[in-house]
Amino acid sequence: MTELLSVEDLRTTYPTRRTFTDRLARRPREVVRAVDGVSLSVAKGEMLAIVGESGCGKTTTLQSILGMVPTAGGSVLINGTDVTRLSSRQMRPLRRHVQMIYQDPYESLDVRFKVRQTVEEPLLVHKIGASKAERAQLVRAAMVRAELTPPEAYLERFPHQLSGGQRQRVAIAASLVLEPELLLADEPVSMLDVSVRAGVLSLLDRLRRGGSMGIVMITHDLSTAAHFADRIAVMYLGRIVEQGPARDVIHRPQHPYTKALLSIVPRPDPRERSTGTILKGETPNPRNIPAGCRFHPRCPVAEDRCRSTDPTLAPPAHPVEGTDPEHLSACLLA
Amino acid sequence: MSLLEIRDLHVWFDLPGGRELHAVQGVDLTLEPGQRLGLVGESGSGKTTTALTIMGLLPSSASAAGRVAVRGEDLMPGGENGFRPHRWTDVAMVFQGAMNAFNPVRTVGWQIAEPMQAHGTASGAAARARVGELLELVGIPAAAAARFPHEFSGGMRQRAAIAMALACDPKVLLADEPTTALDVMVQAQILELLGHLCDELGLALLLVTHDLAVVAQTCEDVAVMYAGEIVERGPIDELYHSPAHPYTRALFAATPDLYGDEAVGSIPGAPPDLSSPVIGCAYRPRCPVAFEPCVEQRPDLLALSGTRVAACHLVHGSRAQA
Amino acid sequence: MSAISQVDVAEVEVQEGLWTAIRGVLRERTAMVGLAILVLFVLMAIFAPLLSPYDVHQASCGVFEPPSSKHWLGCDDGGIDMLSLVITGGRISMIVGFAATLVAMTIGGGIGLMSGYFGGWVDTVLMRITDYFLVIPDLVLMIVISAVWGPSLSHVVIVIGILLWTGTARVVRAQVKSVRERVYVKRAQAIGAGHWRIIVRHVLPQVGPLLIANTVLTIAVAVFDETALAFLGLSDPTATTWGTVMEHAFDRTAVSAGAWWAIVPAGIAVALVIMGCYLFGQSIEDALNPRLKVAHLSPRSWRLRTLVGRGPDAL
Repeated sequence: MTELLSVEDLRTTYPTRRTFTDRLARRPREVVRAVDGVSLSVAKGEMLAIVGESGCGKTTTLQSILGMVPTAGGSVLINGTDVTRLSSRQMRPLRRHVQMIYQDPYESLDVRFKVRQTVEEPLLVHKIGASKAERAQLVRAAMVRAELTPPEAYLERFPHQLSGGQRQRVAIAASLVLEPELLLADEPVSMLDVSVRAGVLSLLDRLRRGGSMGIVMITHDLSTAAHFADRIAVMYLGRIVEQGPARDVIHRPQHPYTKALLSIVPRPDPRERSTGTILKGETPNPRNIPAGCRFHPRCPVAEDRCRSTDPTLAPPAHPVEGTDPEHLSACLLA
Repeated sequence: MSLLEIRDLHVWFDLPGGRELHAVQGVDLTLEPGQRLGLVGESGSGKTTTALTIMGLLPSSASAAGRVAVRGEDLMPGGENGFRPHRWTDVAMVFQGAMNAFNPVRTVGWQIAEPMQAHGTASGAAARARVGELLELVGIPAAAAARFPHEFSGGMRQRAAIAMALACDPKVLLADEPTTALDVMVQAQILELLGHLCDELGLALLLVTHDLAVVAQTCEDVAVMYAGEIVERGPIDELYHSPAHPYTRALFAATPDLYGDEAVGSIPGAPPDLSSPVIGCAYRPRCPVAFEPCVEQRPDLLALSGTRVAACHLVHGSRAQA
Repeated sequence: MSAISQVDVAEVEVQEGLWTAIRGVLRERTAMVGLAILVLFVLMAIFAPLLSPYDVHQASCGVFEPPSSKHWLGCDDGGIDMLSLVITGGRISMIVGFAATLVAMTIGGGIGLMSGYFGGWVDTVLMRITDYFLVIPDLVLMIVISAVWGPSLSHVVIVIGILLWTGTARVVRAQVKSVRERVYVKRAQAIGAGHWRIIVRHVLPQVGPLLIANTVLTIAVAVFDETALAFLGLSDPTATTWGTVMEHAFDRTAVSAGAWWAIVPAGIAVALVIMGCYLFGQSIEDALNPRLKVAHLSPRSWRLRTLVGRGPDAL
């Protein structure tokens, strides 16, 4: 059975501008290695959370999977088809199967479109539904799936009449109407009120438990990932530095970066004040990727060999008792 | 006499069509030197408006009433002229998105020195020296004063914004969502910095945020706001382990805990529209334990024990019919 | 609906359609005045033959006769009633103005749209072309065209159109570029929508209102340009426009004869049309761009209120 999504050694780069003097000196064009060798997979019914700070390449990874940015290497197989090899024309019919939910519910809906029009648009684009009535039926079904009930109460409204949580559900309904198999979510709740987040996340959870969909969710919030995802992948400077089942990554972290991140997550219990490892320095820039292990400049336990050897994602050499065999990390000391 | 005392604060905003939005509905707060109080609420709760009113920075469409007293002196009756002498010298603020509010054509050092010039507290070489001091205090090398904002990273700019707030040596620091747009690691750095500054300088801190976990990290006391009023206030330790108000309870339940196993909750419905007067308890439509008195009577903020107060009929027993 | 808790007044209420925007604009008094002036002149232009008291091709009074009860604005050097000249002249002036604007808008809008939407080398090429047109001196072009192909109104329309499209192109390009980057456009692309669909359903509705504002302002410039060209003798001398009326008067020594009524009325008419266009056009622009509002810079401060009937609260 083919995996729903299988990403192998994905590389995506952005060109940097060349100044006139650069051109004169004939220096080669520098590129920013936003995604520098990422491999992951998602099956139907699974939710994978990608966690990392800004500049780690998580959004670019999602954009590459969606086919919105050209890739520089590797492959992205959706239901067995490598979408990196396709032209935008060939890609178009495949877009039915992959849909994206964006971070900002206030920006991702066209303010001039009623809810009905927003949810109907994908149907019109892909010419699904022979008649207006048929499309209306599909729209209603998608709204119900997104828990916007009764649909009639929302169909004729404009986005500015809805709350942030409702808008995000409209965006979800518009994604569901094509019955995609893969749903990509870029920080779907970070701009929503706290009291509303769990509702939207539970919705996503229920959708994928239905078995017909797989979800890749980007989040900067490890607590959210811990509660809702099956598997977690931690990214740093364009690479996955740790990945595995969510519980395992949270309770038995292997990579120093993951350990540091976990240690500084603020906990709501004031008695659990974190005395965490606050890493020094700023979030690194993908323009300057260090040699050797890319984390070594900030790593609290870096050794000499970390400066020259670039670790690969592999099971740990000295696993903690009870570690899941699927739990991998890219650290020479693990 | 408290360092900062807010009593029965009300703020209204004019709406088109002659209507009004009653954004803050009778807020009481006090701050003592060195105290760290978190003001928690979701969008529309009135927390940012409350903070801005403490600074006297409301727009011309606003009107306000109540008492805002710094060391016993009520600033409200003087209006803008009452607030200005105390602004920055007694009470300073790090605004929401402050790290993006720098003037791109002036050096960071010049901008940090600006409040000193405006209030006449220091100028020339003395100001420059103080700028250097402030930068070191927030963890930036003093030489960076000659740089421009675009040369700083987001985290560094937020530190610079904090340095700017401390320029005139205030006693009270208001911080509105100081870490919201930052990465978790930088967020941890900034929160650690704020705690450190409070300890070292004896600052009182009012931390306005939607994130209960951030408050739990940084503050000892917390006030929870809903629909323009404070619904519960007290030491965060007590609120976490035995929340009194149903909204407080729901808010904690909606905040996922990294190692906890409990399901994360959400609150159905939405806050009331504050452009019309609220009848009874504002939280009642969403409250799972609302009962009869909640419909008509607005609960008062009454003492529970120690410094704890809560505004809930259930907690205090329904008021006897007069 | 969340409360207004931000000091920043630049937070704008999202418009749900053109009607809401129009209603907002019509609430402004300056907009109404501007629109009224324009409507008045348009009606005057449409009903010109009915409104003119005298025939503009026949003399009905003496040379440079001053204003009287029979001839409200006096007469020109040929004995033709001035009021009729202004009314009839308005018709051609307005038609030329509108026609030239149509040309400018079509070319400019199209180029701006292509440039802004596709970016890359399309943008570079189109913008270079725009730059070349920008530096063409108007008068020289008009002189050349009338010398080579003879002076006529259609040439005037074409020349003005060619000169004015660049402004529209730039405005449209800027707006299209900004809309292009909005998340909902990217989402439409991710769904698989083609360029045509995105342009028509998502980009144009955002550009439309701005284009209308730009068009109204361009009409003002077009009318002025026509008047100027006619005044300089580069337009069709047989046509009756405000410009040619003034040009004839100047040519035939109205100034030394002291016949101000032969020159001033046409000039005032042009000025009024331009003012009307600006009042109306600017109001549309202001309504569309919330950042132009300066309410937050108001010197008025927030107001103090006293609470009535409130006892001390328990702390």
